[in-house]
Amino acid sequence: MHLAYPAVLSALLFCTGLYGVLARRNAILVLMSVELMLNAVNLNLVAFDVWLSKAAEETLHSGQALTLFTIAIAAAEIGIGLAIVLAVYRNRGTSDIDKLRDTAEGHEPDGPDTDAPATGPAAEKAEATA
Amino acid sequence: MTLAATVGNLAAHTTTTTTTAAESQGFLSPTGVEIAFLLVGLVTFGAAVVTVTTRQLVHAALWLVVALGGLAVEYLLLTAEFIAWVQVLIYVGSVVVLLLFGLMLTKAPIGRSPDADSGNRWAALTVAGAAAAALVWVVVDAFRTTWIDLDGPAAGSTEATGASLFQNWVLPFEALSVLLLAALVGAIVLSRKAKADAARTAPTAGAERDTRAALAERDTRSDAEGAR
Repeated sequence: MHLAYPAVLSALLFCTGLYGVLARRNAILVLMSVELMLNAVNLNLVAFDVWLSKAAEETLHSGQALTLFTIAIAAAEIGIGLAIVLAVYRNRGTSDIDKLRDTAEGHEPDGPDTDAPATGPAAEKAEATA
Repeated sequence: MTLAATVGNLAAHTTTTTTTAAESQGFLSPTGVEIAFLLVGLVTFGAAVVTVTTRQLVHAALWLVVALGGLAVEYLLLTAEFIAWVQVLIYVGSVVVLLLFGLMLTKAPIGRSPDADSGNRWAALTVAGAAAAALVWVVVDAFRTTWIDLDGPAAGSTEATGASLFQNWVLPFEALSVLLLAALVGAIVLSRKAKADAARTAPTAGAERDTRAALAERDTRSDAEGAR
């Protein structure tokens, strides 16, 4: 098999995930796009490992071992990420990452010294759940 | 025999009339594995594009299943069987289920949600398009004359993967288990209620009440035994 096929597919999948991370607004959809990017890297690792395991004399199968590690780390990442998203949702009442602008600079409505969330429904929700 | 090997044998039978050696491979005479890879790759890429562009949140998670399953088939075609089944188990089996649960718990709207994409959509499209063009150009230019040899024993069979993992990669493997444990503890800590005190007093009070009731019941039962 030509090595360009898996490499090109991996590059395209990575860029699809990149678009999703940049363009999506829901935090869980952003996590899905991150999964796509990680899978693109996995495909690259597997393809190059298969190529090198036939081309080289001795191989450690490092590509496949790294792929397994990436899969495990992605599973841990999705668990932690979802826990963070759920905690944010419980406190703010939204998982919309465009509205979570507390640390943004030059954003007026909720400055750094007002600890209450800015928008009305979110504040009510935070008080209700706290 | 693996799927890839059978496809490869098929391709070898069909292409022995035209090509005999590995040097005479080319873009214009794709083998059966390449055609299968291309078709599955198109499906995978299409599913990924739908995943990042659809406005229905649950449909995005379901199209992600198609994309990840397509990648598992690509691993099979690359003779990496163990990775393929791990992919099916972990991604399709657990990660997508976790994502669906996350969508459910954040009360994601069923049906079309008009604000699924943010305002910087065209900037994101520009960045992604530029990155795709650059990466594809560089990759194709770099590996134009490189072929993967898929004949012979599978490079990623369970035996080969396990041997390399437990001969050469034992220490990272064990470190990974510590990392998974840390992630587990972290997820539990993150998803506990913020006011742990109020939550802690109520169940302990209930538990005390339960033990007291159990003690009283045991006392009455022992009294009845003594009376008998």
